[in-house]
Amino acid sequence: MTSPSSPSSPPSPPSPPDKSTATPDALGGGPRRRPRPVRRGGGRGAPLPLLLPALIGLAFLIVPLIALLVRTPWRSLPEQLTSAEVWQALQLSLICATAATGVSLVIGVPLAWLLARVEFPGRGLVRALVTLPLVLPPVVGGVALLMALGRGGIVGQWLDDWFGITLPFTTAGVIVAEAFVAMPFLVISVEGTLRAADPRYEEAATTLGASRFTAFRRVTLPLIAPGIAAGAVLAWARALGEFGATITFAGNFPGRTQTMPLAVYLALQSDPEAAIALSLVLLAVSIAVLAGLRDRWMTAG
Amino acid sequence: MSESHNAAAAPGSPGSEEGLDARLLVERGTFRLDVALRVAPGEVVALLGPNGAGKTTALRALAGLTPLSGGHMRLDGAELDRTPTESRPVGVVFQDYLLFPHLTALDNVAFGPRCHGATKAEARVRAAEWLDRMGLAEHAGAKPRRLSGGQAQRVALARALATGPRLLLLDEPLAALDARTRLEVRAQLRRHLADFEAVAVLVTHDPLDAMVLADRLVVVEDGRIVQEGGPSHIARHPRTDYIAQLVGLNLYQGRADGHTVRLDAGPHITTTEALTGPVFVAFPPSAVTLHRDRPTGSSARNLWHGRVTGLETHGDQIRADLTGELPLAADLTTVAAAELDLHPGSEVWATVKATQTHAYPV
Repeated sequence: MTSPSSPSSPPSPPSPPDKSTATPDALGGGPRRRPRPVRRGGGRGAPLPLLLPALIGLAFLIVPLIALLVRTPWRSLPEQLTSAEVWQALQLSLICATAATGVSLVIGVPLAWLLARVEFPGRGLVRALVTLPLVLPPVVGGVALLMALGRGGIVGQWLDDWFGITLPFTTAGVIVAEAFVAMPFLVISVEGTLRAADPRYEEAATTLGASRFTAFRRVTLPLIAPGIAAGAVLAWARALGEFGATITFAGNFPGRTQTMPLAVYLALQSDPEAAIALSLVLLAVSIAVLAGLRDRWMTAG
Repeated sequence: MSESHNAAAAPGSPGSEEGLDARLLVERGTFRLDVALRVAPGEVVALLGPNGAGKTTALRALAGLTPLSGGHMRLDGAELDRTPTESRPVGVVFQDYLLFPHLTALDNVAFGPRCHGATKAEARVRAAEWLDRMGLAEHAGAKPRRLSGGQAQRVALARALATGPRLLLLDEPLAALDARTRLEVRAQLRRHLADFEAVAVLVTHDPLDAMVLADRLVVVEDGRIVQEGGPSHIARHPRTDYIAQLVGLNLYQGRADGHTVRLDAGPHITTTEALTGPVFVAFPPSAVTLHRDRPTGSSARNLWHGRVTGLETHGDQIRADLTGELPLAADLTTVAAAELDLHPGSEVWATVKATQTHAYPV
């Protein structure tokens, strides 16, 4: 906003009379046509009714983060961060978010491929259903998961009867809840990349004797790797911050299902300093994710 | 297309029916492709036609990338109608090559052999041999985006040939190249096609590519074959306006009675050939002489009045398009054009000597 007009535009010298000014028409229009000094740097030209809300918006997003830094108990921070509970929660969060991302990759990438490459009736509806968890309140997702995979759920009761598998209120349940909320990010990202990728590379591979799966594995997958990576990072970040579905479906047991966001929420009521310290860790992770994405985008471009 | 000797091909007698025998029927909406092709091993056939004629659809059908609505396809006696693409002994050079961007030139060429069961090491050895044959040994480690157009084209050809296909398909193999590279690559491609012992079918809209590369041309318009034959025959005996334009001839259809051909459109042309019945008459634009006034002493038997509708440079010549009794194109030198003071709208007289016309039966 403070940038002066660009140095590459020197004050325009009075244009020397050229052939066109010889005609009376051009003479009359001459002075008006002289190029005005170009004004660069949008800040100076931005009208107040736009600039003011924009600055308020910026402050709105940044001030809370600054407040977090200002109120951080820096002196007791090392102690806070090395406490057993924090480590437990952080470890659990990282493991579950990574596992949820892994689950999303294994079933989400093929789903994205199906949506992008195979024509089938009702594809639009399926795509809408896939993206529903993006806008669904996570708590509702948690309730829905309970109805499906809970002990008495429509699928869960069979899991329990046949395999003795119980998901709710277990670490596996955390992974399921996080994957449910995070996978749509991955699917959307990968599907977009797949749509942009030329399907004729797959055709070229089949003319060389590759089955459709081989073509996908050896040609398409490497081609869309950047999109998969971006989607995985988004999904991972979403899973790491997941709260509503997790607490609904998996509960809040320290060491088993209490992830960082749950720990933050709980700590805020008993030990605000601990909550701030935990929040700081999550903020750091988020910034790291953003930096990682930016690096990838820069090298991809 | 159901010759009786097809039935004689007994199983286990290879060689009894070598080459390609196909009738490709593809219907998509209002578009209908119906093309019959017979190509012997070692022969190179070019499908030539305007954009949208169905050439690429025919090629894709041969590769199995577009399903047939009807007809059949046999290659060296084996039915391939329902064989999926990956199981057909086919190699394809795509229009923009479609080299896998994440693989080196070597691994692009090794991809096919790998899919056909070779180990990684074997596939690479074979790929290296092919690149060497294409004169690309030093580019083996390069990714496609580092290759020039001509190099990419040769890698694509090597990749298609590395699986030992019995049918090589080339889709506009030179279209992606600039004019200078094109000349060079065309000559190389011609050599490689001459060495190829199985069936080669290429698709192009460029008559020069077709005539240089192919032993036989199949001209496709609107999904149908309108003419086929050797390049020189087609160049001398065009049967449609499209081909006449491609080979640069004025073409007319009419009814011959001795040396006179009365055209369907009205005027008549005097020819050297004495024929009767429906005929084509063709003459090159360079055979036309233009005059500003009606010529009196000319020995030319063919004289028509017309008006210039367009002028454009054509090599070092000026091509004039005329309407009038006989719409035609005439080539003249820039000097002659200046002397005649030609411009669109000029009234001119055109003469053509009978000896420069060529008539042949429909």
